[in-house]
Amino acid sequence: MSAARVGVVTFPGTLDDQDAARAVRHAGGEAVPLWHADRDLKGVDAVFLPGGFSYGDYLRCGAISRFAPLMEELIPAARAGLPVLGTCNGFQILCEAHLLPGALTRNEGLHYVCRDQRILVENAATAWTGDYTPGQEILLPVKHGEGRYVADTATIGALESGGQIVFRYLGGNPNGSMNDIAGISNEAGNVVGLMPHPEHAVEELTGAPSVDGRGFFTSILKRFVNL
Amino acid sequence: MIDSVTRATETPDEPQPYAELGMKADEYERVRAILGRRPTSSELAIYSVMWSEHCSYKSSKVHLRQFGTKAPKSDALLVGMGENAGVVDIGDGWAATFKIESHNHPSYVEPHQGAATGVGGIVRDIMSMGARPVAVMDALRFGALDAPDTRRVLPGVVEGISSYGNCLGLPNIGGELAFDPCYIGNPLVNALCVGLLRKDQIKLATAPGPGNKVVLFGARTGPDGIGGASVLASATFEDESHAKRPAVQVGDPFMEKLLIECCLELFEADVVVGIQDLGAAGVSCATTELAAKGTGGMRVDLGLVPLRDPSLLPEEILMSESQERMMAVVTPEDIDAFMAICARWDVPATVIGEVTDTGRLVMTWKGDVIVDIPPGTAADEGPVYERPFHEPEAQAALNADDPVRLARPDDLRATLLTLLGSSNLASKEWVTSQYDRYVRGNTVLAMPADAGVLRIGEVMPGAEETDRGIALATDGNGRYARLDPYAGAQLALAEAYRNVAVTGARPLAVTNCLNFGSPEDPEVMWQFAEAVRGLADACKTLGVPVTGGNVSFYNQTGSTPIHPTPVVGVLGVLDDVRKRVPHGFTAPDLKIVLLGDTRDEFGGSEWAHVVHGHLGGLPPAADLEAERSLGGVLVDAAGRGLIEGSHDVSDGGLAVALAEACLARGVGGTVELPGPDAFVDLFSESTARVLLAVRPESYDALAELCARREVPYYCLGMTGGPALRVEGVLEVPVEELRAVHEGALPAVFGS
Repeated sequence: MSAARVGVVTFPGTLDDQDAARAVRHAGGEAVPLWHADRDLKGVDAVFLPGGFSYGDYLRCGAISRFAPLMEELIPAARAGLPVLGTCNGFQILCEAHLLPGALTRNEGLHYVCRDQRILVENAATAWTGDYTPGQEILLPVKHGEGRYVADTATIGALESGGQIVFRYLGGNPNGSMNDIAGISNEAGNVVGLMPHPEHAVEELTGAPSVDGRGFFTSILKRFVNL
Repeated sequence: MIDSVTRATETPDEPQPYAELGMKADEYERVRAILGRRPTSSELAIYSVMWSEHCSYKSSKVHLRQFGTKAPKSDALLVGMGENAGVVDIGDGWAATFKIESHNHPSYVEPHQGAATGVGGIVRDIMSMGARPVAVMDALRFGALDAPDTRRVLPGVVEGISSYGNCLGLPNIGGELAFDPCYIGNPLVNALCVGLLRKDQIKLATAPGPGNKVVLFGARTGPDGIGGASVLASATFEDESHAKRPAVQVGDPFMEKLLIECCLELFEADVVVGIQDLGAAGVSCATTELAAKGTGGMRVDLGLVPLRDPSLLPEEILMSESQERMMAVVTPEDIDAFMAICARWDVPATVIGEVTDTGRLVMTWKGDVIVDIPPGTAADEGPVYERPFHEPEAQAALNADDPVRLARPDDLRATLLTLLGSSNLASKEWVTSQYDRYVRGNTVLAMPADAGVLRIGEVMPGAEETDRGIALATDGNGRYARLDPYAGAQLALAEAYRNVAVTGARPLAVTNCLNFGSPEDPEVMWQFAEAVRGLADACKTLGVPVTGGNVSFYNQTGSTPIHPTPVVGVLGVLDDVRKRVPHGFTAPDLKIVLLGDTRDEFGGSEWAHVVHGHLGGLPPAADLEAERSLGGVLVDAAGRGLIEGSHDVSDGGLAVALAEACLARGVGGTVELPGPDAFVDLFSESTARVLLAVRPESYDALAELCARREVPYYCLGMTGGPALRVEGVLEVPVEELRAVHEGALPAVFGS
């Protein structure tokens, strides 16, 4: 059986695309480069929107990227069930594209924060979290200046009651996000966005002192191998 | 009115503002002699920036030659001094290029943009060697931590490095941060970048082949930094320095990221004959240097330079220091492919001229010839000064003021906590947590480790796999260099060398950033001459050549210079990066071993500085043979897997090294001191020492390696427990150490 194909999107200013592709390969998948200017998803099984500063984060993080030609293909495909993971800038783009509710604003402390962060996995039923258990504590790096998740009260209430809060910060909220939210999913659970970086926690040798990020990649690959 | 060559010939006596551009009368006369007429205003612009201290090294050149004449033989050196950056062979077909450069003056005037563009500039130097930049580091010095202006300058500098480097996607893997009142009006911002490339892909700044096209690509040219680095970096600050604000350049890291990816694709497609980044002196520097190193001639139509501000005059275009620009030489056959790659990355690119064999750099503006010069006279044949120097009047008294007279403490626990919470020894996490240390996924060690370590193998997808890694450290101690600049420079090298070796890496090559006051002050010039002599001698002894670097003069306010501050960067290689030694005490039940001897050495020490505000005597002795033997033991032992954790012993002595080793992973330890005087054992800053954590079963093998190289070793105790205990002397819970260590910077800058 051929390996699952995970598209990794590169916008101008995307930074973690090599890392994301490597994490896919290490988990046994095939990483397929997707270019922002192409209206072509190349028939991939899932899509990873990596971190970075697409279009320099000018105007507002993710605000320009959502209009990229590739996104015109990706948005309807995600609505139809294509698994999509956005980390950091990818999460910001998913919110700007209204695939996820709410918005990410400047960190409460007004500084960029890079640190190893304890995270609670609350929902292990999404397309990207099947290999975790609910209530599991994992360690992933965060590194961002605009990661403070905000939404109106009704939206937060709906996320809480619908089990759409997938990840919460433990041991200190790095950015002041509401309800310590680190990551959320859409109602269907195929689209997940989070500020932490699983792709920087997949190897013993490099990155954060943890390999807790591997579960994202094994979760999505198993889903397709088992189909 | 455009000042053409024709007009210059017709108006030989027209007065020209050479003095305002920082040129001396005799230098101006020399330009007239070279050209056989008065220069046009554009030519004057070119000569004034190219002959500035910043670009020409006119005061330092005669001394810097020692880095060549005394250089140790090294098979690793592929490209030495004189290019944009040095290149060293790191094995398996790979090469590394690295360099450190100052952006001190702009960072005082406008901390955020000054520091940001400092990062941008050094990254372009690395790109222009044909390499992929893979990491940055920075060495920073500020005034006293509690000084009001430090609260303006430091957060701005950190934010500038953070926003530019993070947006660029380069991990920041280390560096240094120190405070001293001498830097209050002259902070130091030294930025280092390292890049990797295949050995056969080295690019050089040269423009050979008549008929080849000259392409300017990247950001459009605006009025930023006109006279910026060149004039700014060559002028001593007086009170009205803020009036110079417009001379600081403004950076766009997004454009720089596009430039990096664009350049790598251009190199991959092999469509570049020669390449040069545009830094200080912008188009003037790129055209004269490319032409001088190539066939010798170039024709440029300045009217073709894409402008952000259409009202710019040719003189301003020549001097503009707009960021994120590069210049390439491309064959006519490859030009379409070149342009297509630039278009894919949305990088504007324009052919502005071509290479000629006339031996002249000729520039036109709307049909008029406004520059017609032999390019080498601007690029390479600038003035060279043998500046007078002599030992400072106060030097003998300074050295005679031995710290032996200072009262020594009874309460060593309190002394440890005082030092650990002092500005230079406190945790720098408030700063380093603002830098992305993980991006690109190859970071093996980063701050607070003694050196940053990167994996090579997965730098470029599809490239040959290798187990190798590189290690990098920068060091420099202004107080040591003030007491003895010759020894101070050697001590900076010794510490960086040791910090690289302590990770298990074999030190290979050196870069340096020499930060000094005014070269026109003979006492400063003496400090400079001594530091260069010391560094060149030490490089020879340690067998590591200088591959390049940077000199920053005029770091003084009024007539008061900073401490002489040579900052030295060392690059090392790990044959198998998986065998790197992690930082600190990594687990309980390991033997704690001290390598190296401790003597009663407190001149320039942190203890004297923090507790007594004292600076006098002599710095600790630099024992380079001992450093070399110690490095040999570390590399051998790491290669054999004998070391579980390590830490260099330097500022603050063994006590601070022990505390930091405990803090790395929250693992305490119990030790017994080897010598008779606990204060000396704990706080002396004797060199050539490191602290290791080894498995009990590895100890004998380590001891044998030490004995073979005659490196003294002392088993001090065992790791484990919730506290640092020094038998019969002190005991501090690790959490108390942490509170003191991590609280100092947030107390000033907020949490």
